[in-house]
Amino acid sequence: MRRIVTATVLNQSGVLNRIAGLFTRRQFNIESITVGATETEGVSKMTFVVQVEDDRTVEQVVKQLHKQIDVLKVSDITEQAIVTRELALIKVMTTPQTRAEINVIIEPFRATIIDVARDSVTIQVVGNFEKIEAMIELLRPYGIKEVARTGQTAIKRGSQRFVSESKQVSILN
Amino acid sequence: MSQNAKTTELKVKNEAVTRTEPMNGADLFIETLKNENVEVMFGYPGGAVLPLYDALYKNPIRHILARHEQAAIHAAEGYARVSGKPGVVLATSGPGATNLVTGIADAMMDSLPLVIFTGQVATGVIGSDAFQEADVIGITMPITKHNYQVRSMEDLPRIVHEAFHIATTGRPGPVLIDIPKDIATTMGNAEFVDELNLPGYQPNFKPNSLQVKKLRGALAKAKKPVILAGAGVLFAKASEELLEFVGKMQIPVVNTLLGLGGFPADHPLFLGMGGMHGTYAANTALYEADLLINIGARFDDRLTGNLAHFAPNATVAHIDIDPAEIGKNVPTHIPIVADAREALKKILSLDFEAPQADEWRQKVQKDKEENPLWNTEDGEGISPQSLMRIIHNVTNGDAVVTTDVGQHQMWTAQYYGFNKPDQWVTSGGLGTMGFGFPSAIGAQIAKPDKTVVAVAGDAGFQMTLQELGLVAELKLPVKIVIYNNQALGMVRQWQETFYEERYSQSLIPVQPDFVKLADAYGIRGYVVTTEEEAEKVMRETLTDNEPVLIDCRIKSKEMVYPMIAPGKGLHEMIGVKPQ
Ligand SMILES: Cc1ncc(C[n+]2csc(CCOP(=O)(O)OP(=O)(O)O)c2C)c(N)n1
Ligand SMILES: [Mg+2]
Repeated sequence: MRRIVTATVLNQSGVLNRIAGLFTRRQFNIESITVGATETEGVSKMTFVVQVEDDRTVEQVVKQLHKQIDVLKVSDITEQAIVTRELALIKVMTTPQTRAEINVIIEPFRATIIDVARDSVTIQVVGNFEKIEAMIELLRPYGIKEVARTGQTAIKRGSQRFVSESKQVSILN
Repeated sequence: MSQNAKTTELKVKNEAVTRTEPMNGADLFIETLKNENVEVMFGYPGGAVLPLYDALYKNPIRHILARHEQAAIHAAEGYARVSGKPGVVLATSGPGATNLVTGIADAMMDSLPLVIFTGQVATGVIGSDAFQEADVIGITMPITKHNYQVRSMEDLPRIVHEAFHIATTGRPGPVLIDIPKDIATTMGNAEFVDELNLPGYQPNFKPNSLQVKKLRGALAKAKKPVILAGAGVLFAKASEELLEFVGKMQIPVVNTLLGLGGFPADHPLFLGMGGMHGTYAANTALYEADLLINIGARFDDRLTGNLAHFAPNATVAHIDIDPAEIGKNVPTHIPIVADAREALKKILSLDFEAPQADEWRQKVQKDKEENPLWNTEDGEGISPQSLMRIIHNVTNGDAVVTTDVGQHQMWTAQYYGFNKPDQWVTSGGLGTMGFGFPSAIGAQIAKPDKTVVAVAGDAGFQMTLQELGLVAELKLPVKIVIYNNQALGMVRQWQETFYEERYSQSLIPVQPDFVKLADAYGIRGYVVTTEEEAEKVMRETLTDNEPVLIDCRIKSKEMVYPMIAPGKGLHEMIGVKPQ
């Protein structure tokens, strides 16, 4: 199953290395990692999309991350009310005939063309994982030359449904 | 701050801030060690740490010069294990640092508090493959609890203070500090601040009352309870509380390999060590229990055997300071994240109702009496098991005993009979050959008045025997007992059992003359070939105040039993002999 885990970390040198190493060493399968600044100076937020077999593994991911001295907070936010977004850049082959079609396809995705060449266009799209997958599938028949994706980042919604909290049983005080 | 530190009190933010006089990083390094009350360190000099050693020359802290960095760190581990204080290590960059790697990994696995300082090439050339440069931070990241590279001289006091705190609190572990050479020569003022600012590191000591209540309920219902006591009991200094708890509840106790000594071996409710070479009674109790209370053990695979068959009918309660160990290998019904002592104190304060387990106690008692450890009587050479009883008797069961890894280690664990905490030093998680002798040196330095016996394998001893030089120099009364079976005994045992006696590279027909070797260092040496001889020599030499090496010719084909084959469960022991 796919789980989304976030961690806030201190920007110490090597922290990314530490965490990437942890995932490899403990054989946690990682789909994507994103890192970026937060509202607090010196603190970054990392978002991991992991593929795990069971709840026990995701619990280990969370606990092992938490054990790192530079990690402030870890949450498995999969079950919570969250917004996830990813940005993708997709270079698609075009002919004069297909260019208009492609425009029609990407419009409902609110994607934009950010570069145009003689035989290709580059499209930028922002959305959750499924949306981006769906758009790529629609473009595939035209010939995709290259895809660059950022990986997902996530944030909890301002108001949480009640159910989301019940998963967070703490064994600490 | 220490008394003789060259500092002036500064009432800046709060009273705990002290500003030093201008000094270089190396002198500051010594001040930081004094600030942590470091009494001794284990190390080896080299180019990148010349400034640090120069500062040490001018302003001494006791320094033990091992003959190899690996031995220095194993000595620090032995010191930490028996003293409860952090072991401090100092080595140069590159090869000095890489020679430490085995010891760092060993300390990480067995949760030993170490603070390790390595020299590094100057900041300006880091990353250029400079002479004796190694990426020690990268290399040790996965085998340290935390590591630091000092980037500015002023950071040194904070980093050292944090390192000692992290190494010694929560689940202890090794912390490494890499000091580039130019940092050691930079002049400046630094501030010592007592307060720690580690928002990401807040170990939880006190148990959650809800979980403790759950344990109370489980205990009241249990018919077949058992306690598994690990090294966490020793680290938390919880043995008295454990004894009291067991006294009140009358629950049988199993120790892990590393937990030995946390509960008295001669206690009627003690079932022995569990796991791969555990006793019949211990493993059977773990297998049949309906309530398993794990206190400070990490359910290592050598203890559990095949997890699919581990404690299949038990409600599992697990008390551990490290939340990541709870539920890692064994699904846990009652997770208690806490220091073992705090948890037991809380439990004792609540006056739990003792479980109704008379029948169970009789059953485990019967298992214990009817299936004791045993050894073959015939064959040439000393019985390794009887030899361990001799060592026990001669030392009144009161020695600090260290081992290498292999058959002799298991016989020591099975037969010495540890009744008190902090008597037992062995490499459990990493299983490091060559650990026994140098760790005995560290233990002897921590406890100068104790008898310290290094039980070494004939092969393992040869991995770190250069430390005879250190023992001779310091006249340390370490007692080296070599279990000489002319073999990598444990490897040989596996080959006999699982590889149809194809003894691939496990027999060493030509051993050095260990007595002459000792003699070369001016250390007394003896060869003994019978139990009578062994006892006589040991009575003469194990309790006096000088080092000795005793080469004991044990039965070369003796096996460690019982044994659980890989992939099997605790109920599938081989080599059990009902009496
Ligand atoms: C550094 C290291 N290398 C290899 C091993 C694998 N190993 C485990 S026990 C053993 C044999 C040890 O022989 P010895 O020290 O004579 O002890 P014995 O088993 O004979 O008592 C070996 C090679 C190890 N544990 N550590
Ligand atoms: Mg041997």
